[in-house]
Amino acid sequence: MISPKTKEKAAFTLLFLATVLVVAPVVLILAIIIKEGLPAINWEFLSAYPKSGMREGGIFPAIVGTIYMVLGAMLFALPVGVLSAIYLSEYSKDNLFTRLIKLAIVNLAGVPSIVYGLFGLGLFVTFLRFGASILSGSLTLAIMILPIVVTTSKEALETVPKYFREVSLSLGASRWQTVRHAVLPHAVSGILTGVILGVGRAAGETAPILFTVAAFYLPRLPKSIFDQAMALPYHLYAISTQVPGIKPSIRYGTALVLLVLVLAMNLFAIIIRIHFRRKKRW
Amino acid sequence: MVNPAKIRLAALNVWFKDTHALKNISLEICPNEILGVIGPASSGKTSFLRALNRLNDTQPNFRMDGDIELEGENIYKDIDVNELRRRVGMVFALPMPLPISIFDNVAYGPRMSGIRQINRLKEIVERSLKEAYLWDEVKERLRESAFKLSGGQQQRLCIARTLALQPEVILFDEPCSGLDPISTAKVEEAMALLKRSYTIVLVTNNTKQAARVSDRVAFFLMGELVELDVTDKIFTAPKDKRTNDYITGRFG
Repeated sequence: MISPKTKEKAAFTLLFLATVLVVAPVVLILAIIIKEGLPAINWEFLSAYPKSGMREGGIFPAIVGTIYMVLGAMLFALPVGVLSAIYLSEYSKDNLFTRLIKLAIVNLAGVPSIVYGLFGLGLFVTFLRFGASILSGSLTLAIMILPIVVTTSKEALETVPKYFREVSLSLGASRWQTVRHAVLPHAVSGILTGVILGVGRAAGETAPILFTVAAFYLPRLPKSIFDQAMALPYHLYAISTQVPGIKPSIRYGTALVLLVLVLAMNLFAIIIRIHFRRKKRW
Repeated sequence: MVNPAKIRLAALNVWFKDTHALKNISLEICPNEILGVIGPASSGKTSFLRALNRLNDTQPNFRMDGDIELEGENIYKDIDVNELRRRVGMVFALPMPLPISIFDNVAYGPRMSGIRQINRLKEIVERSLKEAYLWDEVKERLRESAFKLSGGQQQRLCIARTLALQPEVILFDEPCSGLDPISTAKVEEAMALLKRSYTIVLVTNNTKQAARVSDRVAFFLMGELVELDVTDKIFTAPKDKRTNDYITGRFG
């Protein structure tokens, strides 16, 4: 007979080990990237253009390109995503049509990113004649992260207690006033979680930008949304596969910059989220 | 007076999907009375209350027929729903402040109706909190979160929030079910004074409370209005045996 106490210890050990197993790869990846990449980081690396067929110089245009694309994607995905989440959670009736929409959104989240890339190529680059451009790339990334934004926003709205809505309506507020003043302010922190996830995804994906915007090398920064741009994930892919004899530290350095960039953008959203969470008391 | 009733229901039926929640209810509510509504769980008390400010409408699968009139005007045809809810206020079962400041809670309704001037809002907030007997306890900390108040204070805050719109009718949905006896006494005290200026409908699970504060009492059972009479009669000489069974505690 094993005593309940021993069983409990065994269970806790198992649970703890499983958690360690989850954390270990993250720590390992971070450690390797920082260790291998840090020596490459200096002012020139961050502020200069690539030189000698990418083997020297910096990654400045790729940093700028990624920032443009993430901001562009958010600019499209955030309003559209939040508005449709409001519609789905607050206005739509539960019928076949809305159930189909919800099913579509869930499935959209599971579509491989290369498919989004081909879709963007077909729709934005070719059909709408935006060409390979920041506009096409941002729109493609926006469509890719829309399901994330919609789903997390919808969940955030649905966690706002039902009584907030009833109280607001009972005080003579219209349905829109109720959404605007009694529901949305209390869902902001949840919506920002969606933004954080979306930013990370948009900044890191290579496949959707492959055909729609990314350039192997550009001697200048993009001047308009119809210009092509370099991007960190694609740059990383390019220097890892198509530039023989490159110093590994440049690759790891690029990866490190990408990580830090995503982290920095998330930090902004996290700070806003903490601010809103502090007000949340139910 | 041709139309002395504040609210008149004619043959009101309410369904939620297949559940017949209210069956052919006809009654009148007089101005400045407290109408107590008693009955066991799922007898239709709350559906009845929420029919009066059309809050049932927010429920999916809600259907109704019959007429509800507020001072002779049909609440579905003649009155805008938001306007109706300003005229017929509601206090919910549990104290339900919004997670905003005390001031903002009370000012919520007036703000939504378009009042923006801060001085007007301050006036309204002070008047409403005084009417709900809460002013002296909170006047120094109007900017604090409403969640910092005790349960009884929160419920009086919710009353103040309803009063801020200067409604004609106030619906109380078991307002003391989450409160201790002292807080309950305070809320009842407030109600007795409020009835001078407002018509009150009080749904309660506590028959003693209905006996204490109501002018008339309606007894609901399984969606039917079994009996409606002045409070003394209901509690001393009910006409229907089921009423007698309920108030003497034989069921429910």
